[in-house]
Amino acid sequence: MPGLRREDVAHVAKLARLTMSEAELDKFTEQLGQVLEHASDMNALDLEGVVPTAHPFGLINVVRDDERRPCLDHDVVIAMAPDAEDGRFAVPRILGEAP
Amino acid sequence: MKSVRQVALDVQRGDTSALSVLEESLAHIRARNDELNVFLYVDEDGARATANAVDERVARGEDAGTLAGVPVALKDNLCQRDIPTTCSSKILEGWRPPYNATVVERLLLAGAVPVGKTNLDEFAMGSSTENSAFGPTKNPLDTSRVPGGSSGGSAAAVAADMTPLALGSDTGGSIRQPAALCGLIGVKPTYGLVSRYGLVAFASSLDQIGPLTKTVTDAAMALEAIAGHDPFDSTSLPEPSPSLVAHVEDGVAGKRIGVVRELIDGADEEVVASVERAVEVLKEAGATIVELSVPEFRLGLSAYYLIAPAEASSNLARFDGVRYGLRVNGDDVTAMMEATRTAGFGEEVKRRIMLGTYALSAGYYDAYYGQALKVRTLTIDAFRRAYREADLLLGATTPSVAFEFGSKTADPMAMYLSDVFTIPSNLSGEPAISIPFGTGEAGLPIGVQLLGPGRSEGQLFAGARVLEIADGRS
Repeated sequence: MPGLRREDVAHVAKLARLTMSEAELDKFTEQLGQVLEHASDMNALDLEGVVPTAHPFGLINVVRDDERRPCLDHDVVIAMAPDAEDGRFAVPRILGEAP
Repeated sequence: MKSVRQVALDVQRGDTSALSVLEESLAHIRARNDELNVFLYVDEDGARATANAVDERVARGEDAGTLAGVPVALKDNLCQRDIPTTCSSKILEGWRPPYNATVVERLLLAGAVPVGKTNLDEFAMGSSTENSAFGPTKNPLDTSRVPGGSSGGSAAAVAADMTPLALGSDTGGSIRQPAALCGLIGVKPTYGLVSRYGLVAFASSLDQIGPLTKTVTDAAMALEAIAGHDPFDSTSLPEPSPSLVAHVEDGVAGKRIGVVRELIDGADEEVVASVERAVEVLKEAGATIVELSVPEFRLGLSAYYLIAPAEASSNLARFDGVRYGLRVNGDDVTAMMEATRTAGFGEEVKRRIMLGTYALSAGYYDAYYGQALKVRTLTIDAFRRAYREADLLLGATTPSVAFEFGSKTADPMAMYLSDVFTIPSNLSGEPAISIPFGTGEAGLPIGVQLLGPGRSEGQLFAGARVLEIADGRS
């Protein structure tokens, strides 16, 4: 497996919506590299044909009856928002300026 | 403070009031909270109202519940309505949840009195409580040392006699490790036994809520109260929850107990000595001892430190400054989200999000995350083989007694390695319990661990009880 590079860390930070300083990029490249290095002991294993486990008891899906139930009050939920407008969550602009 | 069992008995009988028990608890909190930094929030008024309601039930001759009047500390990643819930993170500072976690509802139904919210490693990521945005919690037994983590505040609350019961969450050992470091019983129940509705998610395929107490019976009483199916948590086991208190005195006669080399190797000599003495005690109590080697447990750490961060990176994507919690403004929505997350998350949380995002990213998914999921299967298969030869497994909970502040913070891998004995049970979803057994360096407690197959909590409590009696703590 290739070693973790600084540009990989910068790319991952972008995916994770985190801003990293130059010093943080250096530190994380080293520290994450160490964890991945430790994890490389798994590569020595022959895992051909082993079924992956995503859930300890193999639950597939759980659905409830399709009926109306009480839920949180709309005003209560909107009141928690950092910014709201007309009973809806408000955020800064998502797309480029309108022409 | 009196034990959970004694408080409940006294309050049910009217020998004491829930309110006077609560006032004792609050006095203990006031006496040491500034020094130890255990509680991030104490809900004095709300707790008094709850205690009063319990006393009124008793006065009316009604059933006041199995935990009548028991003050309980809640790890601050559990939602309690209108009570600040921070996960020890600046990103949730000031947020008050609009609903109760199911465990909080069940505690209230059982007559318990929630008194406040305890410190943790931010979003439960850590093994020392040093990762809290609100400062570390100190170990009440030696304030130069960590209480463990991530449920370090909950462990310290019970160890400092502030409450006889606390709830924590355990994703890779976060209940059992602080229990060991603070000299307490700590239980990681079977995955699905306790509803996680209202627990802020860290790694959803691993997280479980459980109790920290001073006695085995107290732990069984608490777990019995919070266990059971909950339609609000789709991973909740559908079967009715078993009686647990009834099995505490069952003993271990005729049980096969497997001593697992990989759950001992690498531990300090004094820890190994405690496990060896536990083996003798269990043998004396009629158990058959089987020596086992389960090499797959060693690989568990590698798998865990990819699976847990991968799930965390996904779960923590919701903290984006849009619907609740912190927002730091930016020119557009992406800039706002980046600024919010960069300012709101601490270093360890960022490290895990980065690790998880990397393990899930295109080109690396199969090599890291996919591989880790297969190793998880190997771990589960290894447990299954071990349980053909033994009914329960025994090992250490942690490699050492409580360590000093700052001794592992510079080296994340060293901190991660302190979870090596607790992680296998999270990967398999099976229960495990840490029991204080003997002391080591500077008189600090040592924890030994009993592990069992799914839903074997009754047997684990019975085994733990044998060790508790032998350790001179009736």
